[in-house]
Amino acid sequence: MTGGMGIGVSAPRTEDRRFITGRGRYVDDINLRSQQYAWFVRSPHPHAEVRGVDAADALKMPGVTAVLTGADMQADDIGPLPVAWGITSRDGSPAFEPEYPALATDRVRYVGNPVAVVVAESRTQARDAAEMVNVDYEELESMSSATAAMEEGAPLIHEGAPGNMCFDWEWLPAAMAPDARSNTDKAFEEAAHVVSLELVNNRLAPNAMEPRASLADFNPATGQLTLYTTSQNPHVNRLLLCTATLKMPEHKVRVVAPDVGGGFGSKIYHYAEELTVCWASRRLRVPVKWTAERSESFLADAQGRDHVTRVELALDADAHFTGMRVDTVANLGGWLSAFGPAIPTVFYAPLLAGVYRTPNIYVTVKGVFTNTTPTDAYRGAGRPEACYAVERAVDEAAVQIGMDPAELRRRNFIQPDEFPYQSPVGQLYDSGDFEGCLDLARELNGYEEFAERRRQSQARGKLRGRGMCFYIEACGAAPSQAAGQLGARAGLYEVATVRVHPSGSVQVLTGAHSHGQSHETTFAQIVAERLGIDFGNVEIVHGDTGEIPFGMGTYGSRSLAVGGTALYKALDKVEEKGRKIAAHLLEAEAADIEFTDGQFRVAGTDRAVPFGDVALAAYVPHNYPLQELEPGLEETAFFDPENFTFPSGCYICEVEVDRQTGEVELCDFVAADDFGNIINPMVVEGQVHGGLAQGIGQALLEHCRYTPEGQLLSGSYMDYCMPRADDLPNFVVATRCTPTPFNPLGVKGCGEAGAIGAPPAVINAVLDALRPLGVTHIDMPATPQAVWQAIQAAQSGD
Amino acid sequence: MDATVSFTLNGKNVSAETTGATLLVDLLRNHFGLTGAHVGCDTSQCGACVIHVDGVSVKSCTMLAAQADGSTVETIEGLAANGELHPVQQAFHEHHALQCGFCTPGMIMSAVDLLRRNPRPSEVEVRDWLEGNMCRCTGYHNIVKAVRAAAVAMGEQAS
Repeated sequence: MTGGMGIGVSAPRTEDRRFITGRGRYVDDINLRSQQYAWFVRSPHPHAEVRGVDAADALKMPGVTAVLTGADMQADDIGPLPVAWGITSRDGSPAFEPEYPALATDRVRYVGNPVAVVVAESRTQARDAAEMVNVDYEELESMSSATAAMEEGAPLIHEGAPGNMCFDWEWLPAAMAPDARSNTDKAFEEAAHVVSLELVNNRLAPNAMEPRASLADFNPATGQLTLYTTSQNPHVNRLLLCTATLKMPEHKVRVVAPDVGGGFGSKIYHYAEELTVCWASRRLRVPVKWTAERSESFLADAQGRDHVTRVELALDADAHFTGMRVDTVANLGGWLSAFGPAIPTVFYAPLLAGVYRTPNIYVTVKGVFTNTTPTDAYRGAGRPEACYAVERAVDEAAVQIGMDPAELRRRNFIQPDEFPYQSPVGQLYDSGDFEGCLDLARELNGYEEFAERRRQSQARGKLRGRGMCFYIEACGAAPSQAAGQLGARAGLYEVATVRVHPSGSVQVLTGAHSHGQSHETTFAQIVAERLGIDFGNVEIVHGDTGEIPFGMGTYGSRSLAVGGTALYKALDKVEEKGRKIAAHLLEAEAADIEFTDGQFRVAGTDRAVPFGDVALAAYVPHNYPLQELEPGLEETAFFDPENFTFPSGCYICEVEVDRQTGEVELCDFVAADDFGNIINPMVVEGQVHGGLAQGIGQALLEHCRYTPEGQLLSGSYMDYCMPRADDLPNFVVATRCTPTPFNPLGVKGCGEAGAIGAPPAVINAVLDALRPLGVTHIDMPATPQAVWQAIQAAQSGD
Repeated sequence: MDATVSFTLNGKNVSAETTGATLLVDLLRNHFGLTGAHVGCDTSQCGACVIHVDGVSVKSCTMLAAQADGSTVETIEGLAANGELHPVQQAFHEHHALQCGFCTPGMIMSAVDLLRRNPRPSEVEVRDWLEGNMCRCTGYHNIVKAVRAAAVAMGEQAS
């Protein structure tokens, strides 16, 4: 009945046809009559006073309509870009939140900070004219690293943040407060072994292949603004435009995120550019379009990671973990991005227990301003940083006490009968089978035969290493009340409307947004399964606030666990109403009607009506219980989960290192994940592949490298090393399943796992290969240069 | 320095007025409305804009429109003859070789050229060829699989 495409089937994707034939519709593909083009004038300096903007020469250039500045914006009462999550320092004071104007008014704080916008008849004209805008800068001292920014006498970036400190935070969840610190210290005093590592989690550029773009169209006749923008969450953008920045009533603003070419976190936020084109369109009474160039994306898209962490792990004589201390310095950039303060705190510390029974954990995080592009969520968002700290420390412990790293992990696993498990850092883990995943990964890797492979590599003159990681992460943000207590300034539920048409075909209006995640396919599978209708008769509508109910969008691997559950609950309502209609048609009691395979049937009889007949009766209610039921068949459900979901998994990889060149070749990568129930295995595998590629990219290739002052050196694809086809191996992926009890679908989320688990697995493997040469530490990315230098330093005894 | 360029575009003779600085990708996207070729970078690295000029894959962001004068240009929009998918398109669909779809047109046009030159590429040869096409979503695993599956399908069609 589902057309063979129900839950659990690798249904080929509905959305493919338009993309493989070149008929996708991305923001830059959309053009409006009379549209003009915006080009931003950006600061070339990491830190400077803006003493004036002289647009006279630019305004004389051909085709130029306007040059607008921060002062113009202020005059029009445009609000600053909002921070969506408040963090409180350990002394009880709120994090310092500077007012972040979309166009700088008095000071610029990173290279790329927008200062003015030129609007012209063509993009080339706008760009040429932007060159002619004379900004009078007074350069100030600056720095790009958070540790430098914390030094005594470092230049001050914000007057309100002495020492460049945005917050100084400690994590004392109810589960262990207020004794976390003293208990943890005691564990270290009594430890048989202590491991201590200083780790750098390298800064990354998200690099969705589609650069950001926005096209704003203000209609002066109706007062209606339509914004087409590259967003993962169009309703969030509309909310912030209306309530915080542009200040228009929500019914006058429509935000459309059409086909979006990847996001990975970077398209969550309400950015300066989209606000500016909306404002410019309203002010100039013409549609205004902006499309980023890639070089601009490197400067203007929120970046990810950038932590320096001291992690210490205490073990007893039996190799049980007894305590962990984590002290992290997080680089927030020159301003706060929307979730900038939340990512290195509440999305990070609560995952630092990993999959282990470590009883005492104490975490401190300092959030620091620097003269760099603001940081925020990037695929994994806090969890990769947590996983890296835990899994590097665990591996180091295995080396130190001379134990097999798999055995050390096994010895400390939370056991299957302990779920739901209350971790000391405040998470209630839903389910897991860590031993099962470990065994699966070991089997796929051929764990026992590693020594032979190592010998073969050696015979070829290569150093072979194997690395392992066991991650757990939190998906499905979020229980709104818990998030609110942690500082969230928004709700985090999701919504779906199921609109059944008279002929029985179905449209789903979802608040989740697909920018590669395949919702048009997987959500349709859920509907086909539940209603017993053909998969081809279901259409998923998303991304347009003019069509969909108020939903929160897609990030944090939440679409299925939260949005899919909202859909599931809306389907419950459809089924319930359908049952009543069927009872009337069949002259039976609703309680006696069962619904299977698309048929409403009087239990124990052959009297049945198909779903399509019930739908028709709802819209042509000639024979219908109008006294009891409204006509029509359209139901909406909002779902706010009671908890996060917790995917977990074991990754094992093997590398070969060329000691002459320092080159690391990734030979094998095995991923054994537990995502709970799976709707479409093919799609899930694809998500894992992509996550792994980004995680491997972080470990071996990618790095936003700044000069000490704050000039971005890796600002193009000539300099920033994106993973290419020939950098990656084929992946071996498999799953085990422990369904989550926290949603009726039993699903957890799979979008970020690869990016979370891969970096420590790869670095553990690289170090395993290099240890025979005396190398004990390497930071990401382990480029040939870094590896070669580490080898030389170890060999020369440095 | 405006000029008229004339060429064959997906089987039809076309001409357009361009400036000397107009890139071929911009002419295709903005003048002819063929938005399948995408611009993902400004350094000729990402390959989202790959099309065929005289049967050879070309990054259309790295060619002036004027240089296409007199040539035969084929874009992703012209690849599915009579609505029937090219075997490479079909294989991308069957093997889930695309997620967000942005790199896909360039990736497919590049792969078609590879298979024209090398009808049975090894995995290493596919990965090596696609080095000039970036994808951030798939980790390339399924793209490589799809290209090799298309090679097999095209071989069967030919025999």
